[in-house]
Amino acid sequence: MEYSNLRHRAADMRKSLFDQGYLDEQFYQLEELQDEVSPNFVEEVVTLFFRDSARLISNIEQTLDKCPQDFVKLDAYVHQLKDSSSSIGASRVKNACTLCREYCDEKNLEGCLKLFHKLKREHAVLRQKLGSYFQLLRQVGPMEIATRPSM
Amino acid sequence: MGREGGPKDQFPVGLRVLAVDDDPICLKLLEALLLQCQYQVTTTNQAIKALKMLRENRDKFDLVISDVHMPDMDGFKLLELVGLEMDLPVIMLSANGETKAVMKGITHGACDYLLKPVRIEELRNIWQHVVRRRKFDNKDHNNYDNGDDFEKLQQGQTTGGSSDLGGKLNRKRKDQNEDDEDDGQENMHDNEDPSTQKKPRVVWSVELHRKFVAAVNQLGIDKAVPKRILDLMNVEKLTRENVASHLQKYRLYLKRLSAVASQQANMVAAFGGRDPSSLHIGSLDGYGNFHALAASGQLPALSSFQTNGVLSRTNSVGYGLRGFAPSGIVQPGQTHCNTNSPINDLSKLQCISLPGSKHGKLLQGMPTTLELDQLQQHKRMQEATIHLPGGFSGAGLVTGSSSNSFVNVTSSPLLSQAYRQHTQSKGLGNHSSVGIPSMSSDPFHASVGGSSHLPDLGRCNDTWQGAVPLTSYQSNTLSMNAPFHHDDLANMGASVPVVSHIDSTPLNISSSNVVAAPLHDPVTGRDVQCHASSLGGNTMLMPSSLEEDSKFLNFGSAGTSKQKLKEANQDHIHEPNLIFNSYSNPSLSNKLIVDPIAENQRLNNGYLSKKLDINGVGQTNFSAPVREQNCKIDKSTTNIQLTYKEDSTLETAKSQGGFNSNGCSFDDLVNSMIKPDRDDIAFMDGDIVCDFYPLGACM
Repeated sequence: MEYSNLRHRAADMRKSLFDQGYLDEQFYQLEELQDEVSPNFVEEVVTLFFRDSARLISNIEQTLDKCPQDFVKLDAYVHQLKDSSSSIGASRVKNACTLCREYCDEKNLEGCLKLFHKLKREHAVLRQKLGSYFQLLRQVGPMEIATRPSM
Repeated sequence: MGREGGPKDQFPVGLRVLAVDDDPICLKLLEALLLQCQYQVTTTNQAIKALKMLRENRDKFDLVISDVHMPDMDGFKLLELVGLEMDLPVIMLSANGETKAVMKGITHGACDYLLKPVRIEELRNIWQHVVRRRKFDNKDHNNYDNGDDFEKLQQGQTTGGSSDLGGKLNRKRKDQNEDDEDDGQENMHDNEDPSTQKKPRVVWSVELHRKFVAAVNQLGIDKAVPKRILDLMNVEKLTRENVASHLQKYRLYLKRLSAVASQQANMVAAFGGRDPSSLHIGSLDGYGNFHALAASGQLPALSSFQTNGVLSRTNSVGYGLRGFAPSGIVQPGQTHCNTNSPINDLSKLQCISLPGSKHGKLLQGMPTTLELDQLQQHKRMQEATIHLPGGFSGAGLVTGSSSNSFVNVTSSPLLSQAYRQHTQSKGLGNHSSVGIPSMSSDPFHASVGGSSHLPDLGRCNDTWQGAVPLTSYQSNTLSMNAPFHHDDLANMGASVPVVSHIDSTPLNISSSNVVAAPLHDPVTGRDVQCHASSLGGNTMLMPSSLEEDSKFLNFGSAGTSKQKLKEANQDHIHEPNLIFNSYSNPSLSNKLIVDPIAENQRLNNGYLSKKLDINGVGQTNFSAPVREQNCKIDKSTTNIQLTYKEDSTLETAKSQGGFNSNGCSFDDLVNSMIKPDRDDIAFMDGDIVCDFYPLGACM
């Protein structure tokens, strides 16, 4: 019971992540890649993502502090962030990145800042949510993740 | 890998992929996906490391997947290098799916362009690129010896998608169709059979190309549409698509030409003069020559050229080298083309265009036909100014510095001979680096050892140092050592010995000295642009098979010598990089872009490759390999050409390196061989641009 409850919760959490747009189909791909050979693949990748993206975010912050007019650099960082977030299916983060880049193109510092903050927020939220999700998964055990929510 | 077997069976399994991406997440994901497809994956997040791994053992991998956006090296650059050096299929990966970005990837030679985040379905198809490429290569290799035209060149040698524009295009199409269905992004070409190439590759023989050009001219280049061309040509088994792709290449070729044409026109004219007397090197007219060459598959004969007279065939060609006693520059039977009539040699040299089949290909493929046509026009101007052949001998062709020793390239003998004579007569100065147009589809970078050899050139007085790297000379690398140095060369400084070790393989002008073929003006102030493509150290492939029209003397004269040339020039024939397109096709006359690049080594490096490109329409083809490599032929050629154009005389050469000698008129060259001077100035104009077009041009 406990177990199936956990499973349920995990499944629900996952579903909601998708429904709320935190994750997209790319995440499915990740999940599919997880198998006996790499049972924690998804978590590994996600962890890697957060580590890398944290670094990028701090780079962006530094750039904004020191040379906020350096849109080229900003754009490069955001582009990178967008790349990685799209790779794991972090769609909200990705969208925020896209918008931010647009502002960078327009050299709109204010817009850029605004979007950047949004980006940071999304990033934090996702991190927290996925964190609990994985935690739950671990509790559930090496069970297959719930079936894909109907698309 | 059971490649030969059913594609899907074992082959895809175990495909060895090298994945390069600076983003660790993407890399990890990619790795996982590839593993899922059961490929063998090696990953690295640095392009430099990737290159290193590839260079160590290119056979270790079947395919490379690379991100576009990387901090240590631009993805496109990596792509080019890999395609050029290793001839492996490369797939680009990027989050940027804009058409122009994709286009850039394709034009740089990517087999495919995938969008991130990449999906596994797309990866499942990538093995097709490997198969396809292998298949084409094989096919090309088979045809190579037939002296097929540039198609082969394109396909075969260069392999790398980049090198072969045509092949690439074709391949690209297929790839696109097959692999991009998912993305749908590049489904632009759908004329090819998606699954596998159904139609056998069309070989654009000289005859065919001639028809094509005739049709195009008839319709008018602007109004020439594939359908109408096809109708006019009236060749069965030719499809509209074939014509379309060929037309595309032709257009590129023309564009390149026109850039140089003005200058070259003269040169071309020079080249055109096929008649032996007129020493039309490069046989601008070479068209015919080329055809002759091509037709007779002589191009491959270039190799025979090696034997000595390199151009034994060329003899027949009678290189337009005037004055050159056709005694055959390339004394065909003689191992050394000892100073036999230098001119002859030159002419021979011309013939030298690409002895190797490969080379021949170059010539053939080269726009020779195209060029021929064009050249013809130009030629008239100068009437076989392509004395380069003669000068050729002096020019870089001289692979074998004076010592007849054929430097790799059979051309050398020729060159040496011619050179010798030449030197005597006048510092050929023109080191025609016969950069064999990347005959070797391989990285053409045979860039003629640029300037390093210059000294040699200078010394070449008697010897043809300019190893005329006739392409395909047996030695792949066209190290055209411009042995041409005749005295002039010394001056010319262009002694960029383009050592085109013309191996049978495509001009590996790798670092060969660009022998700036000192296209002496004497040769004929024609636009003998000897592209010393070899300058770039690219050995110019002197199309040994230039028999006919040594016009092809595309001496990639190493620019270095050029400088000297300038000084000396007067006598020297422009070192214009005699790009001996292996064709000896006079058509090259235009192409003969002799780069007087003597000056700049860089020219050598870059130029040759480039030059070659320029020259031969096929350049694109071969240049491809070369291009990518050092020789950014494309770029260089442009440079070269430009230089040519501007100065039209050695002036440009100067920058280039050299085409000091005013347009190498081949005639003059020839003459100059005897008595240099004279037309040096004349040459100036013509920077004989020996385009190697003929070589590879015929795509």
